[in-house]
Amino acid sequence: MTMLDTPLTGRVEGPNGPDHHPDHHHASPTPIGFWIYLMSDCIIFASLFAAYAVLGNNFAGGPGPKDLFEPGFVLAETALLLISSVTFGVAMLKADKHDMDATTLWLVITGLFGAGFIGMELYEFNHLIHIGAGPDRSGFLSAFFLLVGTHGLHVTFGLVWLCVMIAQIRMKGMIPANMQRLATLSMFWHFLDLVWIGVFSFVYLVRLI
Amino acid sequence: MATEAHVQAPETWSPLFGRLTLDWIPYHEPILVGTFSAIVLGGIAALILMTYFKLWGPLWRDWLTSVDHKKIGIMYMVLGFVMFIRGFADALMMRAQQAMAAGGAEGYLPPHHYDQVFTAHGVIMIFFVAMAFITGIMNFVMPTQIGARDVAFPFLNNFSFWMTVAGALLVNISLFIGEFARVGWLAFPPLSGSAFSHGPGVDYYLWALQIAGVGTTLSGVNLLATIFKMRAKGMKLFDMPVFTWTTLCTNVLIVAAFPVLTATLTMLTLDRYLDFHFFTNDLGGNAMMYVNLIWIWGHPEVYILILPIFGVFSEIVQTFSGKPLFGYKTMVWATACIMVLSFIVWLHHFFTMGSGANVNTFFGITTMIIAVPTGVKVFNWLFTMYKGRVQFEVPMLWTTGFIVTFAIGGMTGVLLAVPPVDFQLHNTLFLIAHFHNVIIGGVVFGVYAAVTFWWPKAFGFKLDDKWGRRTFWFWCVGFYFAFMPLYALGLMGVTRRLQSYMDQAWQIYFIIAAFGAVLIACGIACGFINFAVSILRRKELAVGNDPWNARTLDWATQSPPANYNFPQDVVVSGRDAFWKMKQDGFKWSTNYSDIHMPNNTATGIIVAAMALVFGFAMIWYIWWLAAITFIGMIATVIAHTFNYNQDHWIPAAKVAETEAKGEVA
Amino acid sequence: MSAHSDTSHGTMGQLMTGFALAAILSIIPFALVMMETDIAPSTLVAIIMGLGAVQIVVHLVYFLHLKSSTEEGWTLAATVLAVVIVAIVLAGSLWVMHNMNANMMPMTEGNMVMDPEATPGASMSGHEDHN
Repeated sequence: MTMLDTPLTGRVEGPNGPDHHPDHHHASPTPIGFWIYLMSDCIIFASLFAAYAVLGNNFAGGPGPKDLFEPGFVLAETALLLISSVTFGVAMLKADKHDMDATTLWLVITGLFGAGFIGMELYEFNHLIHIGAGPDRSGFLSAFFLLVGTHGLHVTFGLVWLCVMIAQIRMKGMIPANMQRLATLSMFWHFLDLVWIGVFSFVYLVRLI
Repeated sequence: MATEAHVQAPETWSPLFGRLTLDWIPYHEPILVGTFSAIVLGGIAALILMTYFKLWGPLWRDWLTSVDHKKIGIMYMVLGFVMFIRGFADALMMRAQQAMAAGGAEGYLPPHHYDQVFTAHGVIMIFFVAMAFITGIMNFVMPTQIGARDVAFPFLNNFSFWMTVAGALLVNISLFIGEFARVGWLAFPPLSGSAFSHGPGVDYYLWALQIAGVGTTLSGVNLLATIFKMRAKGMKLFDMPVFTWTTLCTNVLIVAAFPVLTATLTMLTLDRYLDFHFFTNDLGGNAMMYVNLIWIWGHPEVYILILPIFGVFSEIVQTFSGKPLFGYKTMVWATACIMVLSFIVWLHHFFTMGSGANVNTFFGITTMIIAVPTGVKVFNWLFTMYKGRVQFEVPMLWTTGFIVTFAIGGMTGVLLAVPPVDFQLHNTLFLIAHFHNVIIGGVVFGVYAAVTFWWPKAFGFKLDDKWGRRTFWFWCVGFYFAFMPLYALGLMGVTRRLQSYMDQAWQIYFIIAAFGAVLIACGIACGFINFAVSILRRKELAVGNDPWNARTLDWATQSPPANYNFPQDVVVSGRDAFWKMKQDGFKWSTNYSDIHMPNNTATGIIVAAMALVFGFAMIWYIWWLAAITFIGMIATVIAHTFNYNQDHWIPAAKVAETEAKGEVA
Repeated sequence: MSAHSDTSHGTMGQLMTGFALAAILSIIPFALVMMETDIAPSTLVAIIMGLGAVQIVVHLVYFLHLKSSTEEGWTLAATVLAVVIVAIVLAGSLWVMHNMNANMMPMTEGNMVMDPEATPGASMSGHEDHN
């Protein structure tokens, strides 16, 4: 959300040139502001993990993890997301060199991996609902769908943001405001991969033992 | 309000209006029709006056779309006072009902109406009065205290405010379209689940809080980033005024606790809308999990309300005692301790739900420990006054009222922290008396103190002294009349939320409490009269930039402050920066330079308006409207990001002109 | 704007190190689960959660470039606080709810009943098994 703001102090070029900037000693508040937002998002996920931890054994006579989870499928999802994190990292390195075309290219690749991840997740959800293991089946499945779905929603939002970002880079170039936004989006994207580690370990793997 | 007919009406749904039908408009309820007519007439009168005096343009340009933290702060206060009237009307209705409904008498409020009233009272007072007040004070005061020109993300600040307003409007719309929740202010399932609450009441509750919660969380992020990044040159952490410290801790609590509320309410929403089973009685739901989660948010929430008020009183005590705050560092550490401890006490809200002795003991002890840092604060305030030249101006009057009242409330809190005692008193009026004792004695007194204290800074003139004193004495005496009887009733075992009761021996206590509520009503009236009288007499009440001989940077600005706050960058060395500046005979140099400021924007109010319609559509199952407004919100936000010109420069000449005007005034 | 002087985006080497470590840390627990080793389930849970925690640190360091010096330490402080709150929410909820369930909820048929075949040992007392 902080991407919406041109921070008050985030600009150096003024009418009188950088040296006359009255707020010169302030660096942009966006990185720390967005980090705080991410930490707060992290606690949303913590609540959802807590719900999954507490309700995760309430199958109500319905299917449990071992009936539903496909380890190979989840590993593929994990791989897609991890690779997209790395490709975003490459995009940032290209952006540091102000290489607009290469940055765009790597962002598009990142988007494709992200879209692949979302595609797989939608397929999984659709499949589960189809076989009668939808979120209305049991407390366990409610918690599962909300936790994994919330992560998926975040990734979807990240994809929309990615598209907007690419458009803005193409329109305005690698200007400071765009570099700032790109760095912010990169934080968001890596954060989602980080949350997925928790999902992969705690939601899937542990329950398959 | 739902009549019995509504409750029994079969749920109908049409594609165009969802489940909204004419039956949901309470045109046969005289109280509501009267309220509605009054609001409509008042609204029309306001519209006509606004048009006549051509105020629409200035209102839109200077206020509604403003990103100025001071104006947003003032708008939060206006929102708080407006909602305060609504919330207090609910309180009066409850007091009147309970004073009447003894020994078989039914009073004038039927249960389904009474239940909505107590739910609305709690929700409004916490989320839209207390939260609005403290956010308003933090917004107005904190940036100037650290020598900043605005908050870190000015647009976000405006957006946060309007999201809070959207939530408040939803709660008020429920008065005239449909019904509000009848489930108590925290909406515990399974009662609040779809199996037991069919109508739109709980949905109003959920969407109002979710929409306002977005605003609160973003505002927390914003104020934290402001403190971290926008402090004046040279201001180290331990140079920050105590109010800024409490703001810091409060916003840490906001960003750490509100996500839990968001997640919990989302789960309840999914239970109700999509047949999930988080908190249902069947299919593996567990209603106790809701209680657990909501109090993980709920306990930090009470410290979110009181910590900034502790800061307010610290500023006031040191200013009116004419000496630095006693034990600044212990004050800061006490605040930090409270911040952390407030996260490990939540179970004391449900000792009786059935945890074992070990769990209850743990949470009982942590709760008692939290009284220690609070006690440290009380002693710090007392020692600041000790041997000081205490001036009993109105803010100081509120402060002494606070120290006495809050200490009593705090002690009954420690009583309740003892699990075996809590087993007796849980859910009784003793508890109600306790938390009103700390919230009124703390937050409400603090808000009045803060308004009186910073009013001259905001508007350039003081509030009237006589009306200020009347406000205080009505409030203070009224409080004791209204709530001391509830302690007694609670000890007799009277439970909360009773619409009527058989034992006529209780009635006299309820009548005394109702009398207290009337005194408080007089206090509130005196407060508003004070605003009116002072505005009319603003010429004679006009004061300079530093009417109280204050110590912190917020008083170094003009009154009212120019929109850029400080004509030059402030450089700070040490605590009580403004006091030092005065000692050194500081003067702003006349060599001004251009000042960089953010542009006003209408995006915040537009998106929040769409969020309001979105919430309404979701409550009434009007899916097409929900889809349109949801897409509209996202599209507006994206469009906003394509606007790269979000700031402007105030030329030095303009600054010089503004400053010159300030000198004359 | 020169803000990214202190929020560096690292080097290709860092990125690849992070990738390799993350991949390994994902595959080890996966393999442990799939190979059906003789390790006791509770130990296995601990190993998986431990490796997950290590991987999170890897991501923080190599992808998010978290350093104690970033933003005068505020970034790290915010992270540490978030970890503490997450721990309180998770451990607290589990402890409180387990205790409540044990004390309060007589298990009734058809209510929170478990399918004993699908999940051996998944009774309320088995609630904490994965912890």
